[in-house]
Amino acid sequence: MAPTDQRTDDREAAFYAIVDSDGRIEPRDDMPEAYRRTLIRQIAQHAHSEIIGMQPEGNWISRAPSLRRKAILLAKVQDEAGHGLYLYAAAETLGVSRDQLLDLLHTRKQKYSSIFNYPTLTWADVGAIGWLVDGAAITNQVPLTRCSYGPYARAMVRICKEESFHQRQGFESLLTLTRGSAAQKAMAQDALDRWWYPSLAMFGPPDTGEQVSGGHTEQSMRWGIKRFSNDELRQRFVDMTVPQSEVLGLTIPDPDLRWNDERGHYDFTAPDYDELFRVIKGDGPCNEQRLRHRVEAHEDGAWVREAAGAYAAKQQAKRAEAAA
Amino acid sequence: MSAEWPLWEVFVRAKRGLSHIHVGSLHAPDATMAVRNARDVYTRRGEGVSIWVVPSDQITASSPDEKDAFFDPAGDKVYRHPTFYDVPVEAKHL
Repeated sequence: MAPTDQRTDDREAAFYAIVDSDGRIEPRDDMPEAYRRTLIRQIAQHAHSEIIGMQPEGNWISRAPSLRRKAILLAKVQDEAGHGLYLYAAAETLGVSRDQLLDLLHTRKQKYSSIFNYPTLTWADVGAIGWLVDGAAITNQVPLTRCSYGPYARAMVRICKEESFHQRQGFESLLTLTRGSAAQKAMAQDALDRWWYPSLAMFGPPDTGEQVSGGHTEQSMRWGIKRFSNDELRQRFVDMTVPQSEVLGLTIPDPDLRWNDERGHYDFTAPDYDELFRVIKGDGPCNEQRLRHRVEAHEDGAWVREAAGAYAAKQQAKRAEAAA
Repeated sequence: MSAEWPLWEVFVRAKRGLSHIHVGSLHAPDATMAVRNARDVYTRRGEGVSIWVVPSDQITASSPDEKDAFFDPAGDKVYRHPTFYDVPVEAKHL
């Protein structure tokens, strides 16, 4: 064996020794190139989802039914921006720049969660997003607080703490509607009807299929950046959410949903995965609108970034002059 | 596209009596904006009473590659720990 191969083998062995003992890989550690690339894509797409996710709810800030709800919604949308920033910073520790990441989003080379390509038609949708979408996100994200890459795991700890507020405010908002007038309760039910299956689809394709046999899931599990399979997490979400729907007095739009004593889990109808793939490919109800708005916001903000940069340069020059 | 703002490392003191601890990083055009952005990004829920920001490129770090050799000298000096010493149980307050 050539000496370089031996060195590569030793470095890989050191990497797997850390991962296999449930240790954490830190930014300047040696890591396989494929691990780095996979993490950059995963963390970046997660970050993109957070900032695109501001749009469906931001849509309702000016129309929130009370000052209390408005303040809560503002805080939540601000949190989503914060989550995006934690995650972009984590991705940057892997040697990619913020501008590159935003460029990949704006040119559609990287994706964001398909759920944000659905419209928020009524005020109840804001509650449903908090309860279901953030609930599904928490189910996905809690295991990531133990993922093998340190900066990503630490970002996820902060995010999960804050998501808990998001889910509870959504549930409380829906509860208020279901205890209100018949029209309000119908609005809440309609929101659940529309958000249920897209929320189930957030966990990705089923465990049996091309994606899994392609080795994606297996590789990510080997690397400690995925701890549970898509179907395991989806089941966990359903088991958690069905009893909550009973508290709300709402009906999950699935005639085949029932408790299976043998399995100790709820049986349920899988989401339409063809629809999921269509939306991911760009053919969802709001893909165009979300991305256009994102690019416009970025371009409209360019002068602010330039002005702040120019001011900083001027101040620095002044200080240098004073010191000379 | 304009030049990217520099990167800053953010350290937060959770409360008086504790050290500042590294919480993450962010981009900002200058130190003043870095502190303001750090407040909004890292202390939205009263996580801190004081913030430090440090330009990331100003940090000098030990190299992870030399971790074993670099920290080895401390490894075999068990006599630096109080538990290294056997003393009679009658001897109190040791």
